[in-house]
Amino acid sequence: MSFSTAGYQLAPVLPELVLAVGAMALLMLGAYRGQETTRTVTSLAVVLLIVVGALVYMQPVGKQVTFGGSFIVDDFARFMKILALIGSAVTLILSTEFLSDPSRRIFEYSILVLLSTLGMMVLISAGDLISLYLGLELMSLALYVVAASNRDNAKSTEAGLKYFVLGALSSGMLLYGASLVYGFTGTVSFTGIAAAATVSNVGLVFGLVFLLVGLCFKVSAVPFHMWTPDVYEGAPTPVTAFFASAPKVAALAVFTRVTLTAFPGIVSQWQQILVFVSIASMALGSFAAIGQSNIKRLMAYSSIGHMGFALVGLASGTVEGAQGVLMYIVIYVAMTLGSFSIILAMKRNGQAVEQISDFAGLSRTNPLLAFMFAMLLFSLAGIPPLAGFFAKWYVFVAAIKANLFTLAVIGVLTSVVGAYYYLAIVKTMYFDEPAGQVDPVRIEVRTVLAVAGLFNILFALFAGPVVSVASAAAKSLF
Amino acid sequence: MILPALFFYLFAGVCVASAVMVIVSRNPVHSVLYLILAFVNASGLFVLMGAEFLGMMLIVVYVGAVAVLFLFVIMMLDVDFLELREGFIEYLPVGLVIGGIFLFELLLTVGFWVINPGVSKAITAAIPANVSNTEALGLVLYTKYIHYFQLAGMVLLVAMIGAIVLTLRHKAKVKRQDINVQNARTPDMAMAMRKVASGQGLSDADAAEWVK
Repeated sequence: MSFSTAGYQLAPVLPELVLAVGAMALLMLGAYRGQETTRTVTSLAVVLLIVVGALVYMQPVGKQVTFGGSFIVDDFARFMKILALIGSAVTLILSTEFLSDPSRRIFEYSILVLLSTLGMMVLISAGDLISLYLGLELMSLALYVVAASNRDNAKSTEAGLKYFVLGALSSGMLLYGASLVYGFTGTVSFTGIAAAATVSNVGLVFGLVFLLVGLCFKVSAVPFHMWTPDVYEGAPTPVTAFFASAPKVAALAVFTRVTLTAFPGIVSQWQQILVFVSIASMALGSFAAIGQSNIKRLMAYSSIGHMGFALVGLASGTVEGAQGVLMYIVIYVAMTLGSFSIILAMKRNGQAVEQISDFAGLSRTNPLLAFMFAMLLFSLAGIPPLAGFFAKWYVFVAAIKANLFTLAVIGVLTSVVGAYYYLAIVKTMYFDEPAGQVDPVRIEVRTVLAVAGLFNILFALFAGPVVSVASAAAKSLF
Repeated sequence: MILPALFFYLFAGVCVASAVMVIVSRNPVHSVLYLILAFVNASGLFVLMGAEFLGMMLIVVYVGAVAVLFLFVIMMLDVDFLELREGFIEYLPVGLVIGGIFLFELLLTVGFWVINPGVSKAITAAIPANVSNTEALGLVLYTKYIHYFQLAGMVLLVAMIGAIVLTLRHKAKVKRQDINVQNARTPDMAMAMRKVASGQGLSDADAAEWVK
């Protein structure tokens, strides 16, 4: 296909164009037909995401650049985009029950998820600071709204407002950093910055720090994590599942791309920042989660910790490190979606239950659910031969190869602490007195759980292809 | 060329005078109206400088949207502005310090410009010749920067959807005007002829039907 506008090739942005036009068409459908179409719009949105995923998959291998360098499609971008699309599509599937309640029949929910996904794809493909910012805003603005989508619930509204205020603050910091970087390098494109930033100077490092602060906020790394537990707890559970999966993929992707392609000349400058951030995230994620009684809050701290582990790979600044980040995020998304499908499945008499004590004796009331959750928790803790072990393995090996021994040792130690609270839930499920029957699980939740759970348990069998794709994607950044 | 100078002093003089009036006038509605006057004069100054796009934007955005929004807020909310102004003397020193800093920065900028007029040329992009700046913007906005432009449009779309999702509530009790129903009304539907016996009036049942 060779259609173009103003001398720019449009073929590389075909998936984004399809997604944008599709989202607007579904918006028209919903706006003219009213809230009765919520179910149709949601199903069509899932189909649209699958189509876009197929289009991304069919894009030619190798690097394509368009719009004067502001949009890059390489193996890395395609890998991350497919992952983000899977995250969004699965979340939409998990949301069908939430949306079927008559008081919450809002078709705009799916549209906002689609537009947020569009922002993620732009973010993943960003080749300069302006498209980075626009992609980030498009993604986040839709997220603020879906966080508050259960607007009659005070906690949901609070979550949306909190996320919005802190998100706006972080956008401001990111913009300030971007303007400093532009001021000291004279360009906004990542390749241009890389060419100009060969020696560190104070102004540039200032800009880099502010840029990284904005990005740390989006991946919820310590010390910019404060919003995470409250937003995760307050937002409706399917929305929390969304927050924990696809946006994290996009934010981590742009984090990787900015540090590795725009600032390869001053690795030592951002390496120390990342080492600090990842140690702090791993430590806080492990220790703060111990006292939690709400499973969604616990998952929030768990995700902070996991982002810390993923950043260990990035801190090494090597191809192996980038590959470790990619492996980590794939496995993290699978584990997170699986865990949230279990949290969604936990209902008693039609009421969702969110306390950890509600899981007591699940092994006797619903053994299969308990087994799946136990496997996911073991995997989150990083116990072999489950997927979570391999994720940690790749990032720690990369850190050791980059001579970051302290970081690797602290990482292993905090993952031991983290194992404590994961195992505490397993103990509650298997050894405590049953807290009562749970409702039968809906078919779509069961399907997601089965796929995510099997990926998790049997990861060792098909690790080969995933590793080779991830390694090709990581190489395309260097 | 006396005319441009004349217009400059007209616009600048009115602008400064109305800016002063924004602060000193007792009625907040008058303040906002003076603010609009200041904006209009500032846009006149932009046009004199050859930045006609910026001038038009100032009118459209600041006068058309922001100032009118201010006016609505002031008229809708019952804010006692005299009360707000109570601490005037207290805050005066802080205000003077901030004003002094602004004045200092302004002098620095002007000083640099006087000492070395070439600096401003070096740090600003070249202005294309033979093209008005609206046209110059249009030439790159829809071609070179189409990607950013479209993305900004999507961001605004999300903002619009978000505002509607979070605030619009369909109330069943509200009576809405339906023009089609109104146009399709026939005399039979709107009127009923009743023979009323003298001294009795309509019965309650008839009245109820009439109201409906």
